[in-house]
Amino acid sequence: MIDSIKSFMGWFFVTGDPMIYGADASIALVSIGIVAVLTYFKKWKWLWEEWLTTVDHKRIGIMYIIAALLMLFRGGIDALMMRAQLTLPNMHFLDAEHYNQVFTTHGTIMIIFVAMPFIFGLMNIAVPLQIGARDVAYPFLNALSFWFFFVGAMLFNLSFVIGGSPDAGWSSYAPYAGAELNPGVGQNYYLIGVQISGIGSLATGINFLVTILKMRAPGMTLFKMPMFTWSVLITSVIVVFAFPAFTVALALMTIDRLFGAHFFTIAAGGSPMLWANLFWFWGHPEVYIVLLPVFGIFSEVIATFAHKTLFGYAVMVWSMIAISVLSFITWLHHFFTMGNTAPVNAFFSISTMLIAIPTGVKIFNWLFTLNKGRIQFTTPMLWALAFIPNFTIGGVTGVMLAMAPADYQYHNSYFLVAHFHSTLIAGTVFGIFCGLHYWWPKMFGYLLDERKGKWSFWIFMISFNVCFMPMYFLGLMGMTRRMYTYPAGLGWTPINVVMTIGAVGMGVGFALMAWNIIWSAFYGKKDTTGDPWGGRTLEWVTASPAPEYNFAHIPEVSTRDAFTAMKEEKEKGLAKSSKPYEPIHMPNNTGIPVIMASFMFVAGFGFVFEWYWMGIPGLIGVIACMIARSFVYNDHHYISIDEIKRTEAATGRLS
Amino acid sequence: MSENQSQMTKQEHAGFPWKQVIGLFISLALTVLALWIAVGLSLPVHVTLTIIVGLAIFQAFIQLFMFMHVTEGTEPVHQIIGIIFGIYVAFAVVAGTLWILAYTI
Repeated sequence: MIDSIKSFMGWFFVTGDPMIYGADASIALVSIGIVAVLTYFKKWKWLWEEWLTTVDHKRIGIMYIIAALLMLFRGGIDALMMRAQLTLPNMHFLDAEHYNQVFTTHGTIMIIFVAMPFIFGLMNIAVPLQIGARDVAYPFLNALSFWFFFVGAMLFNLSFVIGGSPDAGWSSYAPYAGAELNPGVGQNYYLIGVQISGIGSLATGINFLVTILKMRAPGMTLFKMPMFTWSVLITSVIVVFAFPAFTVALALMTIDRLFGAHFFTIAAGGSPMLWANLFWFWGHPEVYIVLLPVFGIFSEVIATFAHKTLFGYAVMVWSMIAISVLSFITWLHHFFTMGNTAPVNAFFSISTMLIAIPTGVKIFNWLFTLNKGRIQFTTPMLWALAFIPNFTIGGVTGVMLAMAPADYQYHNSYFLVAHFHSTLIAGTVFGIFCGLHYWWPKMFGYLLDERKGKWSFWIFMISFNVCFMPMYFLGLMGMTRRMYTYPAGLGWTPINVVMTIGAVGMGVGFALMAWNIIWSAFYGKKDTTGDPWGGRTLEWVTASPAPEYNFAHIPEVSTRDAFTAMKEEKEKGLAKSSKPYEPIHMPNNTGIPVIMASFMFVAGFGFVFEWYWMGIPGLIGVIACMIARSFVYNDHHYISIDEIKRTEAATGRLS
Repeated sequence: MSENQSQMTKQEHAGFPWKQVIGLFISLALTVLALWIAVGLSLPVHVTLTIIVGLAIFQAFIQLFMFMHVTEGTEPVHQIIGIIFGIYVAFAVVAGTLWILAYTI
């Protein structure tokens, strides 16, 4: 009896590595610490009522960003572990198996649990405010999306200490990811964790598509929308059309692994290459899902701090539409070398080069926006300015990789790794940091410290180049990705040492940003005006932080840069007389999303271990929550005129 | 927000949702039928495929008309663009996959 328990525990928990035991201990300590602090300060009720059950888009956005920052920390530690292992030849800091797990979790976490949720968080905070709405179209669904993402991420992270991590790379290629070559639960964690959070992403796409199409302020036609809102609209379309392919691919591989089907194994007539094909049919549009919204953020920030209206608005919009159309026909460039015929490679080579054109057009639009502007070098502006040259290098090397014959040389070398980090860090990461600093006052009512912000920017940006510029040359010298160690004497060592120094520098830059967030929470400059940057769009009309109902009166829009126009009218003394307040209709908080997602977690955990006695009741719980929700009739309330007056008076807006 | 919400409340109280219930049962019946044709009968593969693809297209229309209010929207241009883009993406994935994997067959 005791022996069987022992052997179960030995299999259930990951054992054998001192670092894992350290992680076990720190996870236990942090969990106990959180529970103790919440109990000591009697904050459980507050947590439940104000955060866990909220349907307010601003709070959901903040929760997305907190979760994404935590995941960024985990993904960053993974990156530092890989750099530590590769600094010198023949290192044995990590063994091969452990290294495989670390690069797999690094990639999956950074794309699916950092980039996407961070962007969804900024979307949640800014889009309803920018279009003058009081919430998103489906507030309940919005909460559900967040909780599905969150439990998916937690389930995936659990693999680290329970059962073992996936090790087939973030792209999880068949046949290695299949049951025959990869027994154990690691790949199940990947399939089911990503699937659950993918449901949330799909719902977010639908939600924002409807919100932007249906809930704009009166007078705001599509071509008067702020550029960030435009980018989110187009991103939502890509999410809605690209994610189903991934959902299907993940489901098919889950069926392969759990029930012994052969969609992706040659054994019974399946095709391993079909996995790569379906994965990248989602995977390439995914690149634009994490890039287009940050293009939007940069457009807002550059226009604001150059004190000019955005150059070439219509061209910007049409180039994003062109990107969204082309993004669905370039996916093969991720596997040029799988032996496709020449016409196939030629077609996808050309389509990939074509997609660089609208992206290049956008770069020139930003440069012309800067031209003759009164440029103000704030922290968000520094991130935006650094994006332009750094991202362009990523884009140009992308065109080099797009040439199918040349790709046979670059494929799976560190040249490729350097390319996609140049686009994803200089694009997405710079963009989310830019947006974080820009919208921070709108989220919390105070500014992040500029001096510390600039230090963290310079350290991070320079270290990024120290880490990834030499990597291009390392790739051309022949080092391939995903190798866990290398012999001495190939001339790779000096470059690897430099890269590790850069990686540590990026860690320092991020730590400084974290310190800035903590410091500013206590000493940050208060934003009493609601418009700390001299903003041009509607999110700066309302107070900081925005009240629950966003706008006491829904603003009326007649031009682009609506807030700038309002400010100009006010200067001319044309301000409209204030109308009386009306009661505001808002959705009720609800506990169903978090409970439903918890059942999904139980179900997911059950299916990971193929414990159907646990998985099926979990799914029944999910369905029970859906039924319970459909009988909730009293799902809204009104905010009284008195309360609106009190709130507006508290921010000095009652004239 | 309030305008949309009141519109939705009106629809909720418009009586028992017969259309959706009928749609649900037709969808269930079509799914079971497809499963039975594939597993229960031993027809030649291409005949099975033709029949179940036909059933799938029929079911897609049931979804569009019974659940997705394709006839109701106030701005049909959104729906037309959406459907055209959907057809484009479906064509890209099906035709692209067949073309890419053709050499393996």
